[in-house]
Amino acid sequence: MTDFPQIRSVGMSGMLVQFAEKVSEPANRAALAFRAALQAAEWSEVTETSTSLVSTFIAVDLARTAPQAMTAKLQALLAAQDWFHAPLPAGRTLWQVPCAYDEALAPQLIEAAEAAGVSPEQAIKELSTSRVRVLTIGFAPGQPYMGELPEHWNIPRQQTLTKSVPPGALVVAIRQLIVFTNASPTGWRHVGQTAFQTFRPEAEMPFALSPGDELCFPAVTANELRKITAKDTSGNGGAQQEALT
Amino acid sequence: MSGTLHVTSAGPSITIQDQGRLGYLSQGLNKSGVADTTALFEGAALLGQSSELAALEMVGMGGTFHSDTDSRIALTGAPMSASIDGTPLTWNASHALPAGAKLVIGGARVGTYGYLHVGGGIDGPVRMGSRATHISAGLGAAIALGDALPIGKDKSQTTGNALPQEERFDGGQIRVVASMQTDLFEQDVRDRFNQTQFRRDPRANRMGVRMDSDEGGFFANDQLNILSEIIVPGDIQITGDGTPYVLMCECGTTGGYPRIGTVIPCDLNRVAQAPAGATLCFSFVSHREAEAAERQASTERKMLAQRIYPLVRDPHTMRDLLRYQLVSGAISATADPFAEEN
Repeated sequence: MTDFPQIRSVGMSGMLVQFAEKVSEPANRAALAFRAALQAAEWSEVTETSTSLVSTFIAVDLARTAPQAMTAKLQALLAAQDWFHAPLPAGRTLWQVPCAYDEALAPQLIEAAEAAGVSPEQAIKELSTSRVRVLTIGFAPGQPYMGELPEHWNIPRQQTLTKSVPPGALVVAIRQLIVFTNASPTGWRHVGQTAFQTFRPEAEMPFALSPGDELCFPAVTANELRKITAKDTSGNGGAQQEALT
Repeated sequence: MSGTLHVTSAGPSITIQDQGRLGYLSQGLNKSGVADTTALFEGAALLGQSSELAALEMVGMGGTFHSDTDSRIALTGAPMSASIDGTPLTWNASHALPAGAKLVIGGARVGTYGYLHVGGGIDGPVRMGSRATHISAGLGAAIALGDALPIGKDKSQTTGNALPQEERFDGGQIRVVASMQTDLFEQDVRDRFNQTQFRRDPRANRMGVRMDSDEGGFFANDQLNILSEIIVPGDIQITGDGTPYVLMCECGTTGGYPRIGTVIPCDLNRVAQAPAGATLCFSFVSHREAEAAERQASTERKMLAQRIYPLVRDPHTMRDLLRYQLVSGAISATADPFAEEN
């Protein structure tokens, strides 16, 4: 057994603090809280920071700052508190994002329900009432990885890639949901369709979500989704938002 | 004087690029920007302007352009055939582009990414702090026939300068440092990787470059259960079938395939520029060696302006010879050369 957190260097581009070797709620919480602390510390050699599922990346030019020096600083900060029980970041939002689960817009819902061992009706009920948290944002700009769904949703990725799912597609695998930013090939199953735009390049706030935000995907019909798309030009796809404290 | 650069024909992937955007990694958007950073600095040095300005990045081939005002250009990166109104141009040099003159940039003779810089820079829209096009993110689009690109205000008039052409366009030796997942690969796999001659596969773009070899795959231990982690440009990702991909400037920010090592930043230009079929070898170096190489590269970048030399032109290729004042400045045709200067 290796002890966590672990500190590693990432090429010449920075340092990584890993809080676990598997996805877990406390480790995700630790990664988010540790990043918030780094942002607050404003170390001059750090150009930016980000989190993955259970790790925090610290961008530092390692040609100028030795990894040993960074490791020492990071160790000191790590020792300052119990990161696994840290509070979630401040200023989080709860989003209710309307989602259509009709077969035409959710072509793999039946297949996913089967993999999870529930009926399609039960699958829609669970997916449309689960509340998930943004664990990390990545792969594409603004694209959230959200979790965790109940254990029976620990379904594997497909063997082969789906050629393309549309922007706003809700996909599922390994107890997580993703809303796709752009049309993209994926190994995850397409189980719903939203009109939510995670990345709005022309907007003043180009990114809708932040790690730590929570989302629900209440069911609407395909027809209702069409009406929402026609009416809501904000990129929110008819989503309601409220502040989480 | 600012004007407009008109595009009358364009290769398939010409984009506006600069040094990219910092600060959006946490939102899934990496820095991106030019594939060959050296070329951007060379262009800035040749035109005597800021390296913050944007240029056109041309993949494999260029296009046909004209400006509606007198302007200056510099050509850097992969050498391509180029001419103004039929007169061939020296690559890695700056030139005057008179209003209305036809600039034709053809295919790359070697290398992959060529750059067209203009005096004042390409004044494309600034989005999130940068003019860089990021196609996969939906930021901007490839330049197309009929595009009219605004040129920024040019503060200088100097042309006819050149820089020595670096040798970074035909593959070669690439230095790699160990990274966070290197020890998932057994030492013998790493040794074999170190000794293998790779060929740059035709499958390559701004996201990644696939490497072929006759050596079989390079596998990590337990490689299907690796957690998705941060990705940085230069990472050498090993896909499910054991093939290495060097991840480039427009790569994603996270990924689940293991990475055997990371190309050091100053050698990444060489990977980007390697043409299809070029031979590349990767060698692990210590962190200390990588540090020294990076420092040297940074010093060389700062010294670029001092390496500039004037282009000597062959009078036979100068169409409008009579327009030029061939005797001026240092030597006067009428003054007494032995008289004291005032």
